[in-house]
Amino acid sequence: MSKGNQVLEEITSKEYEHGWTVNLETDEAPKGLNEDIVRFISAKKNEPEWLLEWRLKSFRQWQKMTEPKWPNVTYPVINYQDIIYYSAPKQKVKPNSLDEVDPELIKTFEKLGISLTEQKRLTGVAVDAVIDSVSVATTFKEKLSELGIIFCSFSEAVKEHPELVKKYLGSVVPMSDNYFAALNSAVFSDGSFCYIPKGVRCPMELSTYFRINAANTGQFERTLIVADEGSYVSYLEGCTAPMRDENQLHAAVVELYAMKGAEIKYSTVQNWYPGDKEGKGGIYNFVTKRGLCAGDHSKISWTQVETGSAITWKYPSCILKGDYSVGEFYSVAVTNNYQQADTGTKMIHIGKNTRSRIVSKGISAGKSQNSYRGQVHVMKRATNARNHSQCDSLLMGDQCGAHTFPYIDVENNSARIEHEATTSKIGEDQIFYCLQRGIDEESAVALIVNGYAKEVLNQLPMEFAVEAQKLLALTLEGSVG
Amino acid sequence: MSTSVARDITSEIIDSLRQPFNAAIEQRSQALEQFKKLGLPGSRHEEYRFTPVTRYLEKNFSWTKNDIEGNIASAVGFLIPQLDANVLVLVNGKFNASLSKVISPASEITITTLSEAIRSQHVAVNEYFNKFVSNESDAFAAMNSAFWQEGIFVHVPENTPVEKPVFILHLNDATSAQVVTQTRILAVIEKGATVSVIEKSDSIGENTIFHNFAEEWIVKEGAHLEYCKIQNDSGKICQVSNSVIHQSAASKLNTFTLTLDGQLIRNNLHILIDGEQCESHFYGLYLLTGNTLADNHTVVDHKKPNSFSNEMYKGIMDGNSKGVFNGKIYVRPHAQKTNAFQSNRNIIISDTATVNTKPQLEIWADDVKCSHGCTSGQLDEGALFYLRSRGIAEANAKAMLLYAFAAEVLEPIQNHTLKAYLDNLIADRLQKNF
Repeated sequence: MSKGNQVLEEITSKEYEHGWTVNLETDEAPKGLNEDIVRFISAKKNEPEWLLEWRLKSFRQWQKMTEPKWPNVTYPVINYQDIIYYSAPKQKVKPNSLDEVDPELIKTFEKLGISLTEQKRLTGVAVDAVIDSVSVATTFKEKLSELGIIFCSFSEAVKEHPELVKKYLGSVVPMSDNYFAALNSAVFSDGSFCYIPKGVRCPMELSTYFRINAANTGQFERTLIVADEGSYVSYLEGCTAPMRDENQLHAAVVELYAMKGAEIKYSTVQNWYPGDKEGKGGIYNFVTKRGLCAGDHSKISWTQVETGSAITWKYPSCILKGDYSVGEFYSVAVTNNYQQADTGTKMIHIGKNTRSRIVSKGISAGKSQNSYRGQVHVMKRATNARNHSQCDSLLMGDQCGAHTFPYIDVENNSARIEHEATTSKIGEDQIFYCLQRGIDEESAVALIVNGYAKEVLNQLPMEFAVEAQKLLALTLEGSVG
Repeated sequence: MSTSVARDITSEIIDSLRQPFNAAIEQRSQALEQFKKLGLPGSRHEEYRFTPVTRYLEKNFSWTKNDIEGNIASAVGFLIPQLDANVLVLVNGKFNASLSKVISPASEITITTLSEAIRSQHVAVNEYFNKFVSNESDAFAAMNSAFWQEGIFVHVPENTPVEKPVFILHLNDATSAQVVTQTRILAVIEKGATVSVIEKSDSIGENTIFHNFAEEWIVKEGAHLEYCKIQNDSGKICQVSNSVIHQSAASKLNTFTLTLDGQLIRNNLHILIDGEQCESHFYGLYLLTGNTLADNHTVVDHKKPNSFSNEMYKGIMDGNSKGVFNGKIYVRPHAQKTNAFQSNRNIIISDTATVNTKPQLEIWADDVKCSHGCTSGQLDEGALFYLRSRGIAEANAKAMLLYAFAAEVLEPIQNHTLKAYLDNLIADRLQKNF
């Protein structure tokens, strides 16, 4: 008991590892939001007229909407006029190669353990690095383009592949989808764009690394991945932010579009600054992520490890439109101190013989609240739809909460839907079993938690799995006495 | 906007139901304020998303003042055959003494009308009437508290096992005009007492009926309540019921809710576990066809440690029917060592039936074991094939499997006459309709 508490103490007092800032000269928009700011962002990025129109339309839409109140989270009212909507590291000219990139920037990413210089990089992962509002570097671009794969920052894609962007932007998450998606559509600054041509299997993991650096800014990036017929891509996303007392807003949109027979695997290790022990500061992570299985036999798989953010509010979803399409959702959400997470998924079965699987593992410690909210909806024509959901919660400490809100709506009589959920703490018998075999309490807890989350961690690409495991251990080890 | 429409009908209802009442005046005026404040739930109300009671009341009722006297001469056809019970009959929300009979001795149980109990200032009424009913959160509960016509009061003294069950029969006579009925039950089961209550509703006539129930059950230390609600009314009836059961330490509860017929049925069952070592089992079965919509919202609220709750609701949906289920389990901080289990299983028979289910766990204590399971599917083809390969016709084989699925819910019922009656009802229904 005492040892457990001691370890817990150590862990909770441990500082957020990525909490430093660097002094980058930035180019910022004035605080606040109005049509001029939207125009300002668009002009800064030399965007074509149609995109500006799209942004303005979104902005007008956003003005008509109200902030959703249904999530099981509480936070003070956000003043949307007190946020800087555009912040970019200053750069005189667009760099042609990594050598021309500000060395301070390269150092920033190296400090995060992400090397942008290709030769030093772990082989097999291409990275698009986004700092504050803009993408600063994308690696392995040439190698990928040999295969016809387009992997670049969003602004680049707008310039070089407008036809693709125009076609797919907003096709999965329409601008009026929800409050934060509309806000993002109006002010999104950058993000990643990826297109995998017909029949190509992307040979390496693609990855975006998001970093918030400047103060008072919001980060609004947009990711769009289009997998053409029969292609495959695995995509990773990571994120960190400095420690600051005020809360920062992160409202991103991710759209995945899978055509006939295509497969997209999207993994996230989310480690935004969660706030300090008293719950001060931290990122509000209000993200809209959705994938559309447009073609038959397509597959979209979401894997997420959520350890950071003061508030997480996101539901990576799959619309299973094509017949025989498959949607998967694997999630580990860990909350500690005063963190709040309301996360889950939506599986919308539209096509015939569609299948989906949900595995959600929530772990709450400290004074945190962890909610799973999910929907499985089988539409009328989705014959033989199949779903299995499992959402388990693990409670550590008697001041945290675990909540599950699964919605199951079935309109077809041939559907088979199963949902199960459990809530428990780490059993004393489990700990005792380990102690008996000479495993100390600390390692026993790590072992049990890792075993508990294994089903999800196994879905992550290798490099990420290691990082995720470390993160898990960091946040939780010894939380049980 | 749905809210403004709801506001309209709320005041229409208030005007049509306002009449001189002589019991519980103060509570009524408080509840009326709450009802006005809440307004009837619109289609966007989270708790009434799938169950358009408000729309039903707008569409099918003219809210003009009408207070129809029911005219039912005999209750025989509505009773449970061979059930030896205390029978209490309410017709159109008014107590009918000639159809009722109390056979248990007065030393075992007190059964009177609620208005009588309030008039005579019964101690238990003074203490518990209107105490737990969810007037603050549910508009229909508040509406009942403001406008209830009559109710039944049941009081079982300490350490008394009541031998004969209490059978409460609600009859509605809608032959001449539409009927709006609002009734209540207050039952106080003192320490160590045991009682079984069966509630059933039936109607005659072709006009629409809205029956709004509010029920309070107080189960004290070590007491035991078995409560069975039978909803098999083929009339044009919309029923909303708010039942709150308050359990003290070491008490035991078994509830059964059986829904077979009706147009729009909404059951709110709220169980407050306010003592240690409590045990609650609640079972539900809904076999729906035609255009019936049955919605069961259950809440079990564990406020104290070391208690156990187990919930099992099953449904079979045919025709255009809709089955809705929402089961909330709350485990409050400090309610350690709680074991709470819930399962909801559904079979959809026809192409046009739907099911919407939302099991919900909310847990603020760490040393607990809680789980819920929920399924929607169809009959196992392997089992069907097994029966058919043994020469059983497809229809019979299906009925047999469906019966097996449904009958599990009745297993724990103690009273054999009641169990046999319900069993027959289900078997009959499954043979006929599926």
